[in-house]
Amino acid sequence: MADIAIRAVRKSYGKTPTLHGIDLAFASGEFVVILGPSGCGKSTLLRMIAGLEEITAGEIAINGRVVNRLEPRERGCAMVFQNYALYPHMTVAGNIGYALKVAGVPKAERLRRIEETAKIVGLVDYLDRKPAALSGGQRQRVAMARAIIREPNVFLFDEPLSNLDAKLRVTMRAEIRKLHQRLSATSIFVTHDQVEAMTLADKLVVMNKGVVEQVGQPLDIYHRPASIFVASFIGSPAMNLFDAHISVHDACLAFGGTKMPIEKALAARLGERHVTVGIRPEQCVVASEARGIAMKVDFVEELGSGRVIHSELGGQPFAACIDEETHVRPGDRIALELPLAHLHVFDRETGRRIELEFEPRSGRGATKRQMLEAV
Amino acid sequence: MDKRAAFRSWWLPSLFALPQIILILLFFYWPAVAVLRWAFTLEPPFGGAAEFVGLANFQEVFADPLYWNSVGVSLAFALCGTLATIFIGLVLALAVDRQLPGSAPFRFLYILPYAIAGPAAGMAFRFILSPERGLMASVNAAFPDFWNPAKYGSHALILVIVVFAWKWAGYTFIFLLAGLQSVPRSLIEAAAMDGCGPIRRAVDIQIPMLAPTLFFLLVIMMTEGFVGADTYGIVARTTDGGPNHGTDVMVYRIVEEAFRGLNYSGASAQSLVLIGLIMVFTFIQFRFIERQVHYK
Repeated sequence: MADIAIRAVRKSYGKTPTLHGIDLAFASGEFVVILGPSGCGKSTLLRMIAGLEEITAGEIAINGRVVNRLEPRERGCAMVFQNYALYPHMTVAGNIGYALKVAGVPKAERLRRIEETAKIVGLVDYLDRKPAALSGGQRQRVAMARAIIREPNVFLFDEPLSNLDAKLRVTMRAEIRKLHQRLSATSIFVTHDQVEAMTLADKLVVMNKGVVEQVGQPLDIYHRPASIFVASFIGSPAMNLFDAHISVHDACLAFGGTKMPIEKALAARLGERHVTVGIRPEQCVVASEARGIAMKVDFVEELGSGRVIHSELGGQPFAACIDEETHVRPGDRIALELPLAHLHVFDRETGRRIELEFEPRSGRGATKRQMLEAV
Repeated sequence: MDKRAAFRSWWLPSLFALPQIILILLFFYWPAVAVLRWAFTLEPPFGGAAEFVGLANFQEVFADPLYWNSVGVSLAFALCGTLATIFIGLVLALAVDRQLPGSAPFRFLYILPYAIAGPAAGMAFRFILSPERGLMASVNAAFPDFWNPAKYGSHALILVIVVFAWKWAGYTFIFLLAGLQSVPRSLIEAAAMDGCGPIRRAVDIQIPMLAPTLFFLLVIMMTEGFVGADTYGIVARTTDGGPNHGTDVMVYRIVEEAFRGLNYSGASAQSLVLIGLIMVFTFIQFRFIERQVHYK
């Protein structure tokens, strides 16, 4: 158990900066997921915590102790690598027990702890095998057992599920979550898969281009994305984003040839400006022609439990989830209502969120003052 | 899928292959057959009719205590030379593979000795390690006769092994560095996370994963040590097989006997024995050592 503080951490490779001042604090026992597209610096950050990359500037503290100059072995972290990094010439038992062997733990105790750990991950019958004779999921378990046996303060996961097939990934996800409940060590999990991130995280950190875009609970981030990037990155199918204009005179939001009336006071507060408006496909509602916005269906994706229709709004692609009762075919016209309560409005220049209401929906999150600042 | 040039006639492809075939016939099969013939005949030194003598040449070779001496010297030379070469190459490769700042030029520097001909290196080392004026001269001044390859056979043997290792370490270095670079970086990092320092990582992770490369180098360097052109060249230019046959390796003895002693038949017989010996060694290596090697 350990808390982690990351203060103004920067990383450059030569003259190329990759991390531009990261400030984060993780509480003891928290399951933190760092989410971002490839190349955003998330793995670099994880490797800096592990001690595998040098810290260019700033400091990282584990349990209050600055670890910048400590060797990986002195930091009390264990890491699960993306490609598992199992030692191919050692058996499963050898792999799991290697850290203990290096630490000079006597053989009898080592064997006992290997056995114990193998039980946790369900590998007791495979201890004599070489990694080459294991399936992907089993290798993944060996990699986790190798981390568990060290009883680390901090677990680091570097995209550990991305080499598994889709079904196994779901199973292993559940296992990692269960393991965390059991061991309750601080865990940091890096991924580019937003479903993994949403399902695993106590705390979600969204990164892009070497900066932290948003930190918060997964649902808060889902409901109140702080920027256009976060809005488009989280949620599947992705959020619809389109250009709009706020007109104070008409008190409306104008986009794609339609005008959506908004309260005069709100329009006045927001001011005349160009914005980017977003709405999640699952929050569009099929409505009558009179109330909704009519659009032509280009193609339909069947999901079984429902369907996703793809269309166009003001020249930009637009997707909406509809239930299985509503039958549409490509070429049909459909009217969709975009409830104002579910609209996300972003400043087009800065990409940051603009709050429409004063009372946040989820109770947590931004305060009134922050919202006013955002506006 | 795979494109093959199709020839309609037989003579055109044969024509293309002809230069290579002629070269192989002229410089490989012809001499090989000649050696085979000479080994079983008594070849007059200045030409003329040869007389078939059966195994008499071999009997003569095996009865000569100096021949058995040269087998022992060759064994010591090949074994020590191989181990020294691989060990030095491995240490250098491990050091360069760490990619510490400023290590890039060494990658190039360590290979350079391989580009120098063995006899030239031998010539240079005759001066560098000369007991009167070389590096060891000051030691000799304090402890007379501490180092004198002109006087002691063991010192001379060490001298030729040093020259051999100096030249061939660059060769093993290339292979071992390439092998090390194909060890996934994440394995090294995993070992670092597991608490290993650099030396422990090398012994537990990197060297076991180099096993196929090490085995390959063992076979190649043993063969090189026994029959390599450098083995002859180094001995001929530094010690001339002496003192008192102390560095009389098999290849040196063969060349000396054939071209100085003009005993073609005896030299041919020795060549055949040497080939047989190499085959036995290679067989032993594949049979017993390769079992310990894990190919990925």
